[in-house]
Amino acid sequence: METRERPATPVQPEGTLRSEELLLNMGPQHPSTHGVLRLLVSLSGENILEITPDIGYLHSSVEKMMEYRTYTQNIALADRGMDYLAAVTNEMAILRAVETLASIETPPRAQYLRTIFMELQRIQSHLLWLGTYGIDMGAFTIFLWCMRERELVMDLFESVTGGRLHHVYFRIGGVYDEVPRGWTDRCNEFCGYFKKRLDEYHQLLTGNPIWQARLQGVGAIGRDLAIALGASGPVARASGLQWDVRRSHPYEAYDKVDFKVPVYTEGDCWARYLVRMEEMLESARIIEQCLAQLPEGEFRAGRVPINLRAPAGEVYTRVESPRGDLGVHLVSNGGETPWRVKIRAPSFSNLYALAEMMIGWKIADIIAILGSSDIVLADVDR
Amino acid sequence: MSSGGPEVTSIARVPAMGSQVAPIEQMAEVLTKLPGGELLLTTIENVLNWGRASSLWPLTFGLACCAMEMMQAMGTRFDLDRFGVIPRATPRQADLIIVSGRCSIKMAPVVRRLWEQMPEPKYVISMGSCATCGGPFYYDNYSILKGIDTIIPVDVYVPGCPPRPEALIEGVLKLQEKIKQERLVTRRARRNAAAAAGA
Repeated sequence: METRERPATPVQPEGTLRSEELLLNMGPQHPSTHGVLRLLVSLSGENILEITPDIGYLHSSVEKMMEYRTYTQNIALADRGMDYLAAVTNEMAILRAVETLASIETPPRAQYLRTIFMELQRIQSHLLWLGTYGIDMGAFTIFLWCMRERELVMDLFESVTGGRLHHVYFRIGGVYDEVPRGWTDRCNEFCGYFKKRLDEYHQLLTGNPIWQARLQGVGAIGRDLAIALGASGPVARASGLQWDVRRSHPYEAYDKVDFKVPVYTEGDCWARYLVRMEEMLESARIIEQCLAQLPEGEFRAGRVPINLRAPAGEVYTRVESPRGDLGVHLVSNGGETPWRVKIRAPSFSNLYALAEMMIGWKIADIIAILGSSDIVLADVDR
Repeated sequence: MSSGGPEVTSIARVPAMGSQVAPIEQMAEVLTKLPGGELLLTTIENVLNWGRASSLWPLTFGLACCAMEMMQAMGTRFDLDRFGVIPRATPRQADLIIVSGRCSIKMAPVVRRLWEQMPEPKYVISMGSCATCGGPFYYDNYSILKGIDTIIPVDVYVPGCPPRPEALIEGVLKLQEKIKQERLVTRRARRNAAAAAGA
């Protein structure tokens, strides 16, 4: 495995001005840290020698709180306490563990509805990433465009769940309610519209020389190092790792639809940007296929008690969140509440991959690399 | 590398910054003693308050989920800019802090420091249930502050989890109403009382 050593502080030639290492504090309040991340940056002139992330500024003790709440209540907590840009994916992560442990089958219609919602969530999460990344790099137009399309996704969510950001839509054994009449047509219409908009984003950014200069070759990380650091999701796929939970451990309706997993080998910011752009297109394709195949029937398994008592035992399940491999280790002793929940957050691992990526780059590249890894601090700290 | 912030109790002991009296407030004190001065003072106040209310510059500061809705409010559909709300990246140029999201005990001294770095007159909007009272993180929780008003004075509370962008806009409009009714003399008295309580 290739590893990166901390570069040695340059030796001072005799008779020149004295210079020394500079320790720079960045955050926790900084417009580009995407939350409350604090980075301690060791600098030699403009070059980064070492990055030490200081986390915990948004620690919400979610894992502890889950031990005091029933499985149904934990769905609402997973929305808020974990990665807030992927609310339904968090619900799915918890529910996949609970349903595996309690051996509950979901009806086919619920599986398709869940898949549609998770892919809509991926689109809105990547849109927010693209918009804020644009601001970080000095491109303001893309932010306004992304917010415009994001509102449309929010409208789709809102007309079904009533919530814009936190949905609490999934239930044990299915979903809360049927989608309203005409919703599937609107969703289909959005996918067609969104694909056209995605072309416009490419026209605005992909050919832009400034955008290319800031991203291409910056913050590259190799495949082996990405595996060793536990990176997952778009960060790992940009480094050449063919790993997507939707493909390797299919859940819900992912084994019934056809989609491509974009993989690049460069491992730089540019590759991560392209992976997410292609993922948005693939998400739109998955939604369209799910809408075409959407079966009739029940949307929720019958006879699931509200206060479910999962049988004693433990289970580890994973889903693919917009940020990567989101795992839940759930231990039950047969009570109404879980005995212990451990969340394996993708942002946490990607944050440490990010510290490796930054070594040796200039101070201005911190923002480019930080933005490209798309971490959410609520996911890191939980 | 430091880990674990200071205790919450230590925040109250941070001395308040910016205790100088603004020239306009000195003038207000003189004017109240002059014949006809009250009338002049009211006119000055109206002009000042109009200016303050119409250019509320918030700090670009997000804590958690509510920051996403704050971003949407400043984004394309809701466009908070039309009320004169333009985000600033440094507390030195901001006169409004929108506390958007849950604030942990480790983060609390940072929020307090940011508020202290803002020049007077400054206002605080508490956005969402978590910032207002701890919200869903109230029970069985060891790390989240039970309301941001335990460390900084709040002007407007916006309820919701998270509040819709419309709700945040309503909160900003309420704050504008509040600013337009503000009197220079009462503002000074209130601040002196706050300083006396803190000391």
